[in-house]
Amino acid sequence: MSRIPASKPAPASAANKRPSMAALVWERAVLETKEFSRSREQMLFIFMFPILLLILFASIMGGNDIGGGVDFKQYFLAGMIASGIMNTGFQSLGISLAIDRDDDVLKRIHGSPLPASAFFMGKIVHVLMVSIIQIALLLLVSALLYDIPIPTDPAKWLTFAWVFLLGTAASTVLGIAFSSLARRGRSAPAVLTPIVLSLQFISGVFFVFTQLPSWLQHIAEVFPLKWLAQGMRSVFLPDSFAAQEAAGSWQHPATAIVLAIWFVVGLAVTIKTFRWQRPNDR
Amino acid sequence: MSDPPLRGISLVTMNQPAITIRDLRKTYGELNAVDGLDLTINTGEIFAILGPNGAGKSTTVEILEGFRKRTSGEATVLGLDPAHPTREWRERLGIMLQSTSTNAPLTVREMVAHQSHLFPHPRDVEETIAEVGLEEKANVRSTALSGGQRRRLDVALAVVGRPELMFLDEPTTGFDPEARRQFWHLIESLKDGGTTVVLTTHYLDEAEHLADRLAVIARGKMVALDTPAGLRARAADAVVAWSEPGADGAVTSRTEVTKTPTATVRGLLATHDGEVKDLEIRRPSLEDVYLDLIGKTDDEASAEGDAAMPGEVIATEEATS
Repeated sequence: MSRIPASKPAPASAANKRPSMAALVWERAVLETKEFSRSREQMLFIFMFPILLLILFASIMGGNDIGGGVDFKQYFLAGMIASGIMNTGFQSLGISLAIDRDDDVLKRIHGSPLPASAFFMGKIVHVLMVSIIQIALLLLVSALLYDIPIPTDPAKWLTFAWVFLLGTAASTVLGIAFSSLARRGRSAPAVLTPIVLSLQFISGVFFVFTQLPSWLQHIAEVFPLKWLAQGMRSVFLPDSFAAQEAAGSWQHPATAIVLAIWFVVGLAVTIKTFRWQRPNDR
Repeated sequence: MSDPPLRGISLVTMNQPAITIRDLRKTYGELNAVDGLDLTINTGEIFAILGPNGAGKSTTVEILEGFRKRTSGEATVLGLDPAHPTREWRERLGIMLQSTSTNAPLTVREMVAHQSHLFPHPRDVEETIAEVGLEEKANVRSTALSGGQRRRLDVALAVVGRPELMFLDEPTTGFDPEARRQFWHLIESLKDGGTTVVLTTHYLDEAEHLADRLAVIARGKMVALDTPAGLRARAADAVVAWSEPGADGAVTSRTEVTKTPTATVRGLLATHDGEVKDLEIRRPSLEDVYLDLIGKTDDEASAEGDAAMPGEVIATEEATS
């Protein structure tokens, strides 16, 4: 270590040189994505696991016409895209935040001038980037292996855009909120994984939603994954299938409302309960 | 540097103390982790906080850093209550936590560059990396660094924002002597640039070497506030030790605590023929002063009575064959 010409004088106009919010959000998102891309376990879980599940389910349950001329494979693809968003935004993010809290990573960030909002928005942008790649891979595999058509109607992609954005935003804030529930980073998977797995069973991912007992359907209707999956079906399944849905339609307004409510609730809980430090460190 | 010496800080700010604490308290249930501290740390000084584990050093520093909320009392850090940190305030602080930096799979350069982007007037990234001696590790991921190298990375992350005030919480724990010397040199150069440094440490030599003033904290209370030289001066009393046969013929070791050891020895020479057995004059080290200070609080009530007073002769029976 050599000499630091310490407080090297700098111009007085600190406010002018202060990095903008957009620059900070992008900086965080790029950094997080860089870290993610260097973590083999994360890459495998986020990118390969959904593809593996798609291939498994398509092999086991494919070929079943579930009504409206739709194969279960196609139904499952929409469900996988929906639960992939939840895996990345809720489960994976919640676990990594809990571990970061344990390792004082969050404390360090809190001790820096980075605004909390830039940190969280950086997380959301990172999740969006990862999810887009994840969905593109799923669509590619299903198109190549199973000839599942990729929609070409711009209206479908418009629907995709808002369902995707709302779903990611809701999943991410809920992941951040739930990360504070685990007292230790190590216990975070035990808190988050059962929630995601249970929701996948009852929300029309692993099974056709309308084949569930109606009381289970009603439980699932409270949670976001059911709506996220249904929203994705409205994009990747033919419109003729809408009649096969529980309500006989895609229920776009209800989807938007439920996801938005979860986003707002998650945001409120996050702001109220988020901890930068370990529970015994305050 | 040819630039003007000040940056956006008014003269008023410069003349204000960097930190003022009044009757600061932090309680956890029954435990008074910080128990009524009063302290003023001046702008531009290196201030060391010493104390045993659990004395309340880190709790105090973390309150000042805006990480912990105090139970009561007042605290002002760079003119602001640290319980309500703002972004502008954070831009003026450099913090090196007690725990070592992250396991992020990012390189040294990536981490320092990212940190620098959070501040309005950062230091040059490459210069900062070189200053902490990590230029050869700039492209190495933090996960592949040794413990000491990671601590240097922590220093780089704390200084890259060009802080006015730095908190260093046990910065050199686990350093080898060479690395510690280098670190001291680095902190001294920061001080030369006008940075205020608050340092907690276990190491007396570190505090003695670096600090303009130091506080010794034990059980949440301040037991000494002094310059290192002043603290050492408290150890003016020397201990003269020798052995002599007692009335029953057994050899007794004797000690005398005195401000005038020469006079004591002269007296011994007058009363002893030939060699004075086991003669020894000990000057207490800074460590003795420190141990005495923190020991006092362990049993405050009885400590004063037990402590050896100057001039008092303590005899201990010691059976020697």
